[in-house]
Amino acid sequence: MELLSTLINSVIGMAVVFAVLILLMVIISIMSKVMKKKPAEVQAPAPAAQAVPAANTPAPGSCGEVKLFDVPDKIAAQLMAITAEQLGAPLNTLRFISIKEVK
Amino acid sequence: MNILETLTKLWETSGIAQIVTGFTGNGVLQLVMIVLACVLLYLGIVKKFEPLLLVGIAFGMLLTNLPLSGVFNPEYWNTAGDINYGEVLRHGGLLDILYIGVKTGLYPSLIFLGVGAMTDFGPMIANPKSMLMGAGAQFGIYFALVVAILLGFDPQAAASIGIIGGADGPTAIWLTKTLKPEMLAPIAIAAYSYMALIPLIQPPIMKLMTTKKEREIKMEQLRPVSKTEKIVFPIMVTIVTCLVLPSVAPLLGCLMLGNLLKECGVTERLSDTVQNNLMNIVTIFLSISVGATARYDTFLQLDTLKIIVLGLMAFCFATFGGLLIGKIMCKLSGGKINPLIGSAGVSAVPMAARVSQMVGQKANPSNFLLMHAMGPNVAGVIGSAVAAGFLLAVFG
Repeated sequence: MELLSTLINSVIGMAVVFAVLILLMVIISIMSKVMKKKPAEVQAPAPAAQAVPAANTPAPGSCGEVKLFDVPDKIAAQLMAITAEQLGAPLNTLRFISIKEVK
Repeated sequence: MNILETLTKLWETSGIAQIVTGFTGNGVLQLVMIVLACVLLYLGIVKKFEPLLLVGIAFGMLLTNLPLSGVFNPEYWNTAGDINYGEVLRHGGLLDILYIGVKTGLYPSLIFLGVGAMTDFGPMIANPKSMLMGAGAQFGIYFALVVAILLGFDPQAAASIGIIGGADGPTAIWLTKTLKPEMLAPIAIAAYSYMALIPLIQPPIMKLMTTKKEREIKMEQLRPVSKTEKIVFPIMVTIVTCLVLPSVAPLLGCLMLGNLLKECGVTERLSDTVQNNLMNIVTIFLSISVGATARYDTFLQLDTLKIIVLGLMAFCFATFGGLLIGKIMCKLSGGKINPLIGSAGVSAVPMAARVSQMVGQKANPSNFLLMHAMGPNVAGVIGSAVAAGFLLAVFG
């Protein structure tokens, strides 16, 4: 009898865990969609403001694409990080055009 | 009083005399416990098995088993009625006073405050589906619960044993101190030891349950998560979970408060204190007072061995549950999800996620699963707290 009630409790327990986490999952998904929309709305007047950039405004996170010639992604990332470190400048203020291995 | 009388009295009041005179009875058991405490100290210091907790637990165990030390008195705690805290404060030993924090659930909640401040829920917010794997990994808790009942444990003891499968030390302590306080030491030791052994326990199960092709799956990079999402998340989780399961409020409330202090950006000082100073102080108090409950008369029993075996079983089936959901999600997503990240759903942050990364990278050296595995990993923390809240509501 105790085993049967434990089995039922276990099934309900697993169901509760799934229910709570699924509920959180749904809420997070809705929240993410709402949050994604908001920046788009806010960003609408942004181009006007960007026309006159302030002297110390950091560059955007990504400044285009870097072309790699015989250089793996991992090595390229390390080289860019080292260059930024040596120059004492934040990585997002530098622009790398291409990286080529000198043979 | 002559010299001989003085020496005789000194001998009679020494712990050595207690062990020697009671060698056929408790003395030998106390010696066994002292040796066991030294073995655990060795594992913590030399083998680095969860040293931050195991060293304190082992030292608490050592202190409490030294005859006549009087640092911990189980008779204050193993009472049928209400605990007389006034008596504990007036006449209790050092570890009795520290144990108040365990008994009242203060330390596990404060540990969760620190864990929350150190946890980045970003990977889980970026991929909310990973919460399903965190839920699946709680299967081990309920599996061990049923097996423990089959082995003759009462429901409270079985629930306390099952929670070892949550792979979450503070949650295990928090539940056991209420349901079965006399089993606190073996359960805490089993939980922390298995958490340290995750790199040995999980990989064989992971390899058994997945094909090489599945292990090689490379996952897409996670989307960036905004600051606002990270701030809203702990508030939202607290409201939802505490409305569904109010009993989980101390644990999850503290976990989410810690996370909010980290993410809100205006309480850096508090976040720093919670992550470092407070966490360290509470860890010392928690570990030493939990270790103190491991006295020879309650620890050296057949039930302790059963707890250790059932705990291992709970861990294995928790890994199995997470992987099973991972495999289902892999199939449903058309092979976009690597099922290995499912095993990280067993909490044990971040060790379980590291194991997923390690096994994934062995199959495919260019595979980076760590951030993907952090999603189910932190979901597992919430999942095990919810499971503990459920067990407390049903068996408490």
